[in-house]
Amino acid sequence: MKNIPLFLIMLFSTALFSQVEKEEKLEEVKVEGNKKGIKKSLSMTANTTVVTSRELLKAACCNLAESFETNPSIDVNFSDALTGTKQIKMLGLTSPYIMITEENIPSVRGASQAYGLSFTPGTWVESIQITKGAGSVVNGYESISGQINTELIKPIKDIPFYLNAYGSTDSRFEVNTHFNRKLSDKWATSLYIHGNTRVSKNDMNDDGFLDNPLGRQINVVNRWQYANPESGWVSFINFKYMKDEKQTGEIDFDKNRDRMTTNHWGSEINTDRFDFTSKVGYVFKDMPYQSIGFQNAFSSHNQESYFGLNQYDIKQQSYYSNLIFNSIIDNTMNKFATGLNFTYDRYDELVNTFDVGRIDNSVGVFFEYTYDDNDKFSYILGARFDYHNRLGAFFTPRLHVRYNPWEKAVIRFSAGRGKRAANIFAENQQLFASSRVFSVLDTDGKIYGLNPEIAWNYGLSFTQNFMLLGMNSDVTVDFYRTDFQNQAVVDLMQSPQQVNFYNLRGDSYANSLQIDFNIEFIKHLNLRTAYKYYDISTDYSSGSFQRPLQSKHRFFANMEYATHIVEKGRQWKFDLTYNWLGKQQLPNTASNPEIDRLPTFSPAVYVFNTQITRTFSSTFEMYLGGENIGNYTQDKAILGADNPFGATFDTSIVYAPVFGRMFYAGLRFKIK
Amino acid sequence: MLFFVAFSTQAQEAKNKNAKYNIEVNGNCEMCKKRIEKAAYSVKGVKSAEWHIDDHTLHLILNEEKSSITDVKKAIAKVGHDTDEVKATQEDYEKLHGCCQYERNPK
Repeated sequence: MKNIPLFLIMLFSTALFSQVEKEEKLEEVKVEGNKKGIKKSLSMTANTTVVTSRELLKAACCNLAESFETNPSIDVNFSDALTGTKQIKMLGLTSPYIMITEENIPSVRGASQAYGLSFTPGTWVESIQITKGAGSVVNGYESISGQINTELIKPIKDIPFYLNAYGSTDSRFEVNTHFNRKLSDKWATSLYIHGNTRVSKNDMNDDGFLDNPLGRQINVVNRWQYANPESGWVSFINFKYMKDEKQTGEIDFDKNRDRMTTNHWGSEINTDRFDFTSKVGYVFKDMPYQSIGFQNAFSSHNQESYFGLNQYDIKQQSYYSNLIFNSIIDNTMNKFATGLNFTYDRYDELVNTFDVGRIDNSVGVFFEYTYDDNDKFSYILGARFDYHNRLGAFFTPRLHVRYNPWEKAVIRFSAGRGKRAANIFAENQQLFASSRVFSVLDTDGKIYGLNPEIAWNYGLSFTQNFMLLGMNSDVTVDFYRTDFQNQAVVDLMQSPQQVNFYNLRGDSYANSLQIDFNIEFIKHLNLRTAYKYYDISTDYSSGSFQRPLQSKHRFFANMEYATHIVEKGRQWKFDLTYNWLGKQQLPNTASNPEIDRLPTFSPAVYVFNTQITRTFSSTFEMYLGGENIGNYTQDKAILGADNPFGATFDTSIVYAPVFGRMFYAGLRFKIK
Repeated sequence: MLFFVAFSTQAQEAKNKNAKYNIEVNGNCEMCKKRIEKAAYSVKGVKSAEWHIDDHTLHLILNEEKSSITDVKKAIAKVGHDTDEVKATQEDYEKLHGCCQYERNPK
């Protein structure tokens, strides 16, 4: 009996930092015994999918960028033929249009946009919440197509020791070690060390270029968690350091000899990053529904790089602060969150010899009201008002509505506005690895001469769970539309020797339709399928085209099977993922000589991934997997590979895997 | 400890704006949970109401300046659920959905 108030405080104190997480917990209580990797709730107001750490074990999943491969809400693309970095898309829009947060603090933004997702090792992740559509106003105004929030493993719930080792046939090796100590009943700390390296040169397609960069990364985080249920105080403190080095380009390129020369084409991308974040929260005595939280984050991100003869350096120093007060009006059916944000970003940015550095800062207030009748109907109405030195003073409204019309069904609607400063160079830096000339055609705007991007997003979603011939099944239909009022257009349609940036003149929109069907044939045998249709069109100066490197039609299927757990926790798990991508609009190469010309549309592409896991006990398991086991590769991954300093060189047009079949193996060991 | 809290709130003359109560309410299922919580919220001053299926306990936070715990119990009994102090009428009990017709404690 005595523990009940303590329990309540604990429950609400976690709610303080993450309402989604709280709901997930309540959900977990209900579905115990049926642990799913991907959870969709019928009672959550926003269209949120929760991906648990269990799901992340199903793919090679070395880092966050790769962790979405078994999830249909997010498309993992092939970024470019050089850096091997995987880009993600949601509703057909690239990651800059997604608010990416780590424990509700913006993480991948600005300078880290291109590679940031590869800077969070997969083993650190406890769960990921993917919200389609406008998102919450609490974290900011930038999200347009959705939000991805990652929760890392909490020190208080962590195990004393964890080891993961991984190796693959593309000669990539990884080690993750986790250490944890409970210092008292209130303090716990974790230390995670990640290292990865790719040591040998691969050129499977014989174009003289590395298929994957040589590289190494060291990534360390030290987390401290404090929770005092008697007083109601909770806190998190994190220190993070990351150093990542990549070398890519021609096989014969020697960085000491050939750097910034025309001997051989080569590139290096070196990044140093430091993060400090702190959170303090207080849950009021006798009022578990009322709390106050204060979050502060400082980061310094320094990338120094060159791509052939193009030099690109960007250093971003960032400070983010968020004060949130949560309480109720009359009763817990009417909740609200209100507070203040402050952000400061200093960019030191050098494009070849041009200094394009700037300082951005903004202050904002927000208010978000949540109504929940505890039965069928709920909505979240939020608004914020910000003042930003480049975006001006503006208002951001957002709405999410949920209604359960009948049993096991839910209808959701969302609408909202987003506004952001496009970091055109950082977000499109793969284009530096081409002979394209960069031109910004507008000069009046405050961000590299361009105006802020503004978009409205509207969405409608319907889910029905049902029994099909006695098997648990569900179907979801999602339709979302994003309408750009202004966009920093990236024009690859004008000429293969140019990339032009300008303000949108005309229309730009993204329509996406996704139909999911999931079925559990028997216990432990699940099939997930999804069909996706995208219509993403922009008016360029040379006419209206579909967004390059985006399929109109995509199909996804994932089959998982696990044997029953026998004595000592022994188990087999099997997983197979299939992705089919229909033809993709390609950038214009019509004026190139015939040998360096690509068709207007790419052929259709398919990729198979698979994994087998053998659990020997509850503390030890091994896994073996293959990516792209159908060995589908793009014919001509690099245009003008024979003459990389010539006019037609381009490594950015990648619509299919560059590297063929790849196998990997790994192990996981725990001390509980 | 909870009894102590409840006792001390009554001992004070000033009415507690955030009085905590844990009362026993009879019921069976998710449907009962929704009905019980809805009835509790219909009483002015109820800030938080959470009924647990496993131990049949309703966790309440109540502004006693606006209403008393007995008012809440009456409201819950009115929708057919017995509380420790106030019992539902046979008529209201029989109006409950089939799955909600919990076993009544003989008096």
